[in-house]
Amino acid sequence: MADKITVGYTHLSGCTGCTVALADNYGGLLTLLDKYVDLKYMPTLADARHIQKVDVSFVEGSVCINDKLAVEEIKETREKSAVVVALGGCACYGNITRFGRGGQQNQPQHEAYLPIGDLIKVDVYIPGCAPTPQMIRNVAVMAYLLLKGTKEQKDLATKFLTPLMKATETTSACFCDLMVKVINQSLCMGCGSCAAACPVNAITMEYGKPQGERDLCIKCGACYNQCPRAWYSFDVVDNYEAINEAIMAALQ
Amino acid sequence: MGAELGKYKSCVSARTTDKEILKFSQDGGIVTSLFGFALDTGIIDGAIVAANKEFYEKNPSKCILDNSNFEMIEPWRPIPAVVNTKAELLAAAGTKYNISPNVALLKEATRAFGLDKIGIVGTPCQMQAVRKAQLYPIGFRDVGASIALAVGIFCMENFPYQGILQLVEDHAAMKLDAVKKMEIGKGKFWVYGKRGQVVSLPLKVTHKYEQPGCHVCLDYVANLGDISTGSVGSPDGWSTVFVRSKIGDSVWAKAMAAGVFETQPIEKVKPGLELVTKLANEKITKNKKTLEGRATFGVGKALRNPYI
Repeated sequence: MADKITVGYTHLSGCTGCTVALADNYGGLLTLLDKYVDLKYMPTLADARHIQKVDVSFVEGSVCINDKLAVEEIKETREKSAVVVALGGCACYGNITRFGRGGQQNQPQHEAYLPIGDLIKVDVYIPGCAPTPQMIRNVAVMAYLLLKGTKEQKDLATKFLTPLMKATETTSACFCDLMVKVINQSLCMGCGSCAAACPVNAITMEYGKPQGERDLCIKCGACYNQCPRAWYSFDVVDNYEAINEAIMAALQ
Repeated sequence: MGAELGKYKSCVSARTTDKEILKFSQDGGIVTSLFGFALDTGIIDGAIVAANKEFYEKNPSKCILDNSNFEMIEPWRPIPAVVNTKAELLAAAGTKYNISPNVALLKEATRAFGLDKIGIVGTPCQMQAVRKAQLYPIGFRDVGASIALAVGIFCMENFPYQGILQLVEDHAAMKLDAVKKMEIGKGKFWVYGKRGQVVSLPLKVTHKYEQPGCHVCLDYVANLGDISTGSVGSPDGWSTVFVRSKIGDSVWAKAMAAGVFETQPIEKVKPGLELVTKLANEKITKNKKTLEGRATFGVGKALRNPYI
């Protein structure tokens, strides 16, 4: 189909959880592939593995800078993609790979892992460990509308994606973001989104404010990005009903 | 219809027809009755509400606690809980003027509690959190589609627990244990004791105890609830109800058909929408000023603005 967008998937130092989350859209993934997306390469779900020229590439995992191949692949991904999306905590922020220190057989010299934004310019973040199937779905539909939609749809997609584009300004994350950018800035109102979003249950709500068990934090950035006082767009969220309906309709 | 009241399909003044609920409810018993009706008819299979220590003692498996020692949980400190029956709803009825992080239970409600159709009640900021979680479900896997009824409550600002403690015990000179009900209305903060005593504080006294995070909030009447409700605008014992979304419209129509509420046209009651609009504008204007002040807070340094 001529109006499909071409998509690639580069897999670096990630656990394949992001791939599984994408696949967990089940029928929705098939609809995406039928109607909107021409999947050009992807190590797990497609036969083609080598990086090609595409409209949008998703990158799972961080980059091991001691691994020549990984460094080449992330650079090639950037060169050949119009839009690069960092998928998941590792690609966005390093996440659990931040704790890497080498010494593991059979490549003990692989000790340093960086989020892709430290090596290339990234356009959009989809944070989360793992990112949720619904978040991947929503961003995929919006990315399609941005590239192929009517003017009205492009405007909506731009508004929807703007916070996720701005998120690329930061390449590290931690529970501390809630302390530093929300509580210390006197913005926290105690809704509990962060505690629910944390994949390792490191956050509890004490007297209406998040308390982090910082030794448990894997530095994925889910808590901060889920926080309505981290970033919030009235233009988008006030129209939640219409946007939800449009996304569901797109996947019919 | 101005932007200060959000989008809505209809607005009425309403009161539950269930006399038992009226004994426990803050105003018109809207939230308790709506969830009760939604549970009875299978619209929801559980609701996240603000319960308390007594509720926790009877239903420990229905709450998640923070790291505090349970014995240390104070009177009038809200505990988010999942309720499944009318009796449990009644035990959690009434407004607690401090923070209940209900959204913290939203994911677990679909996991350990096994809910497929969740009801949730919350303040305007919590409704914003719920809708952000649906549109940007960064850490809310398989949750968004399970939210079957979100009821928002009007909110000028909230208090940290210690703020309520100081207001009730220091200013109103009552033990929190001995308090039956708290209420903000007619320009005052009211504390009703179990022995019948009543103390009112001028709102001016309460301002310094407000949660500072509330001062950047630009929503008074829970614009993003499926239905939102609060006492302001309606006569004593009644509540003002905005029906906002398609879900809200459908649930409200079914509840009305089942005789759950009696209503009066909002145009016919005093003080009516005029007061709601006035207070909404007051809150939004005041907090927009706070946001402006944050932009020039330091010397060439701003505090962060959360709104994009």
